[in-house]
Amino acid sequence: MPVFKHPEYPEETLVQLESLVPCRESQVSTLLSIFGERHHFSFPSLFIYGHTSSGKTYVMQTLLKTLKLPHVFVNCIECFTSRLLLEEILQQLQHLSTKEEDPPLVSCDTFNDFIRLFKQTTMIPDLQNQTIYVILDNAEQLRKFEANILPGFLRLQELTDRNVTVVLLSEIVWELLRPNTGCLEPSPLYFPDYSIGHLQKILSHDHPPEYSFDFYAAYINILLGVFYPVCRDLKELRHLAALNFSKYCEPVVQGEANERDTRRLWKNIESHLKKAMQTVYLREISSSQWERLQQDDGEPGHLKGLSAHAHVELPYYSRFLLIAAYLASYNPARTDKRFFVKHHGKIRKMNFQKKHEKTTNHLLGPKPFPLDRMLAILYSIVDSRVAPTANIFSQITSLVTLQLLTLVGHDDQLNGPRYKCNVSLDFIRAISRTVNFDIIKYLYDFL
Amino acid sequence: MSTCSVSKGCFVFKPDSKKRKISSAAEYFSKGNNDAEDSGLRFDTCQSLWKEIKCETEQIQEDLNKKLFHNLLDFLRKSHLDFKQKKTEWASRMKSNEIPTAAVVLGVNVTDHDLTFKRLTEVFQNDVTPFVVSLKSKECPGIKNLLQKLMIQLMGCPVDMDSSDEEESSKISPNRIRYSVTSLTKWYRNVTKKADTETPCKKRIFSSKHCESPPVVVIFKNIESFSSKVLQDFITISSHCIREFPLVLIFGIATSPMIIHKLLPHSVSSLLCIELFQSLSCKEHLSKVIDKLLLTSQFPFKLSEKVLQVLINIFLYHDFSVQNFIKGFQLSLLEHFYSQPLSVLCCEIYKAKKRVDSLSHNQCENIRRLSSFRRFVESEVSNKQTILLTDDEGLKETVYALLQDLHTYHENYFPVLRCLHAFTSSLPKYPLGKQIRELYCACLEKKVWETEEYESAIQLVRMMATDELVDILEKCVEILKSSPAAHLGNSLEKIEEYLSQLKHPEEINEDQETSISSLKELQKKTDLYHLQKTLLEMKESRRLKKLTKFEMLRFEIVDFVDSLVKNYLVPVEMQTLHEVMYFSAANTLRERLNAPPRVALHNALNNPYFYLKNESLKSEAGSISNTAPDICIAYKLHLECGRLINLVDWLEAFSTVVKAADNTDSSVKDRIDDITHARFIRAVSELELLGFIKPTKQKTDHVARLTWGSC
Repeated sequence: MPVFKHPEYPEETLVQLESLVPCRESQVSTLLSIFGERHHFSFPSLFIYGHTSSGKTYVMQTLLKTLKLPHVFVNCIECFTSRLLLEEILQQLQHLSTKEEDPPLVSCDTFNDFIRLFKQTTMIPDLQNQTIYVILDNAEQLRKFEANILPGFLRLQELTDRNVTVVLLSEIVWELLRPNTGCLEPSPLYFPDYSIGHLQKILSHDHPPEYSFDFYAAYINILLGVFYPVCRDLKELRHLAALNFSKYCEPVVQGEANERDTRRLWKNIESHLKKAMQTVYLREISSSQWERLQQDDGEPGHLKGLSAHAHVELPYYSRFLLIAAYLASYNPARTDKRFFVKHHGKIRKMNFQKKHEKTTNHLLGPKPFPLDRMLAILYSIVDSRVAPTANIFSQITSLVTLQLLTLVGHDDQLNGPRYKCNVSLDFIRAISRTVNFDIIKYLYDFL
Repeated sequence: MSTCSVSKGCFVFKPDSKKRKISSAAEYFSKGNNDAEDSGLRFDTCQSLWKEIKCETEQIQEDLNKKLFHNLLDFLRKSHLDFKQKKTEWASRMKSNEIPTAAVVLGVNVTDHDLTFKRLTEVFQNDVTPFVVSLKSKECPGIKNLLQKLMIQLMGCPVDMDSSDEEESSKISPNRIRYSVTSLTKWYRNVTKKADTETPCKKRIFSSKHCESPPVVVIFKNIESFSSKVLQDFITISSHCIREFPLVLIFGIATSPMIIHKLLPHSVSSLLCIELFQSLSCKEHLSKVIDKLLLTSQFPFKLSEKVLQVLINIFLYHDFSVQNFIKGFQLSLLEHFYSQPLSVLCCEIYKAKKRVDSLSHNQCENIRRLSSFRRFVESEVSNKQTILLTDDEGLKETVYALLQDLHTYHENYFPVLRCLHAFTSSLPKYPLGKQIRELYCACLEKKVWETEEYESAIQLVRMMATDELVDILEKCVEILKSSPAAHLGNSLEKIEEYLSQLKHPEEINEDQETSISSLKELQKKTDLYHLQKTLLEMKESRRLKKLTKFEMLRFEIVDFVDSLVKNYLVPVEMQTLHEVMYFSAANTLRERLNAPPRVALHNALNNPYFYLKNESLKSEAGSISNTAPDICIAYKLHLECGRLINLVDWLEAFSTVVKAADNTDSSVKDRIDDITHARFIRAVSELELLGFIKPTKQKTDHVARLTWGSC
């Protein structure tokens, strides 16, 4: 009993379509009924939304290709200006109408030109008596473009007077995309996330040819057991499944277990997958390195991930500059006297009372501070006398380019630039340890 | 200028810029110099010496980077192995298409990265792929600029197409090329297809070393300064077409690889296949450079302790940049040859004879003026003294002999220094420094054997165990064997002898036997008096006999090393004619390399005589003379104010100072004329431009002061 029924398309095409879009049957049949027959006018615009890898792009592409509907498919991230976007659409249209491999470049600067050229290109009867679909993937990018682009696309049918439907694919909901000035509302269609059952079904669908479906399905079951709590991205899961499958097969290949010995296979793979979750999944070590590890049967211990190399070697004064910046960022300015002036006397008591008001500056994040304050702290924390040479100032700039400091509101250099310190407490403690400076003593929060 | 043209007309003659440039440098060298003696020769020596040094440093750099480059090349070759192969295999079909990415950690000295990347590009282009693009963050504020830069660099790659193609491509002006990844893919397909189908003679585009479909390498210099948005967009876009466009990314990282996770969200970083590569730390690089440039007798030019200290301090305290260190070295080289007329003798010893012979009378006088030479003359007998001071020929002979001495001194100096370092580098707490450069500085500064640190180091060496000593002595043997010095006498044999003695310690046990026998004697005696006596004897003998044979040997070795140090590591100031080879103007160097701009500005404004050298500007500290430029007067007055400066008061004070020397008529003095007013306004706005004050809204008619203190 076929799921899809449509008088327009032959039975076998529909059956083929069904096999290609598992777990998305209801969405596809909705789409089919919206599209109607080839020559029918459809909705002027559709808005399809759903999370990452919920099959939006894939379903649209398969649907249009299997049913051989004339369509134009554009990715809005790839075409980062409106001009590129419009030209790309026109070029694909030309390809549709003339069937040439490399159609000449069309130049199109405004939406007005686009409408004109669109009409010109779709003059041929073959395109005129069936609906053309224009699919804009990553449609949330359209917000960056000129204000008239999105409303224009939504009304494309009306403006061009052609049988055309614009389909917007996006990860965000329509309310976030709707322009303030109002526009023709598209018909929304939601693609829900795949459930764990769906994932299981889809992932085990394409099993390697040399192993049986059941064997692979059991593997996917284990894999999902480990990864489902952290990752629901189908693409990522598929990648992980391919990466670790050879390890799963190992006992079978070596003849230690047969394909049905699930428990043994599970024992073999489980810890391995957990390790993978901490390393490969986070991109701490690359997948090619992971594969090499599997082949050599080595322990991933000796291969350190990216985060293991957190240590940064800095010149001597840069370290103190960074420490000074950190102190300036996390200590209230009024406490400077208490930390950096020798005879601070009474202030300590007052501070102690005030301490109960605000518990910690570290929860609030770094605060901006003026350059002078940082230099003043620097001069008082470095033992020897520091000459304010050009090198010191250029070191501040290089700390900014290294993203260890950030320049806040760089409107006027004369106005005294303000900075923020970007590094974490652990980092600054490691740095101050190398110069024998006990930073905890100087932090207001740890008093 | 003439032409071969027969017709009249205007002809453009391009100046031969290259030639002029060279001559101008040499001219400047001789012209701007007070001591013009032998300036041409000095300039040539300087140039050739610098060329040698530059070669050497580049060689060092190459050697150090060899491993990193090798790894990267391997990575590059592996990155797109399966490109173009049919994707029928199950595993490769299932895996997502990650972009191979190399994260190269290069250290915080961003300026040095350029050289590394330049070299890297060359290596890649020679061995793997002609398509190497490097991008700077400044050029890529948006994704559009990034693609534009990428395409321009790619199309201009050394894949020279045929002439017909060139015309075709030149027809498409850069404005008409669409900066998108689609066109990139198309371009790539065209280029590789051409290489495949064309006749063999044209195939040289991709030389045989390049693989069939060479990857496109994009280098991001200093990834930290790229905006995260641009990177994300670029990676997302290019991951779509990775199957047709074999892209490899290289991230130049200055801090730590964590930055990748900070810049890219998981959805983007999951598109990358990141491998980490680490270059050598810059401190090790510096040690290598010092080792090859300074701790060798290969180059006659040397740095004195202070100069070396300045350069090393700039490196350690400020920038970690080896390039800057080498630049500083170059500057001192230039400065030495420029300012020291006798530097003409700073050359290899085989050239020295000729140069000494051709010294002019003036130069001979220069030599006589050297303090080290004067000291030398004083120590000679009187008739020798008169020869040295009056006869140029006699002087020249002596000078040549002295230069030879200096040369031998250097030849012996460095091997001994290295031997001493072998001893001190493994001591606990490193009394003489861990690095050889610290030891070198200590030895240059003064007689090292008179310092406390040396004393404690020797004490520690006296307590070393056998195996440690053997290791160190073996190292010393190696050092001495590889050094060219033939003058170190029999020290090599001596060390080898010690070594063999250490390795065969059979005879050492004797003493213990005697002590045991005395113990046995002790047991026999029962008499109290005798017992006491023998115990005392034993105590005495123990104190003396504590020295086993091994200990004796150890003392001997230490004494030997000590004598080596005292003989050969004499500070250079004690050597005659050391001024010829050693550059010692540390202050000049510090002023040039580590300039304090605010101090200079304060000096100029506070004491205009310092720069202008106009006698009328001379004034005692504290007072304000009215002859000084207006801005100086205004500056000095503003130093006396608080955070907010009242403009009216300031103007009053200004006009009082300006008119101080004019007529003393008080009625005129009170009124401020327009010219003074204008001068004041100009001075104030100049101060604002220099950043000393700024207008403020806190109080009307006030400006805020921005600087504090004298610097």
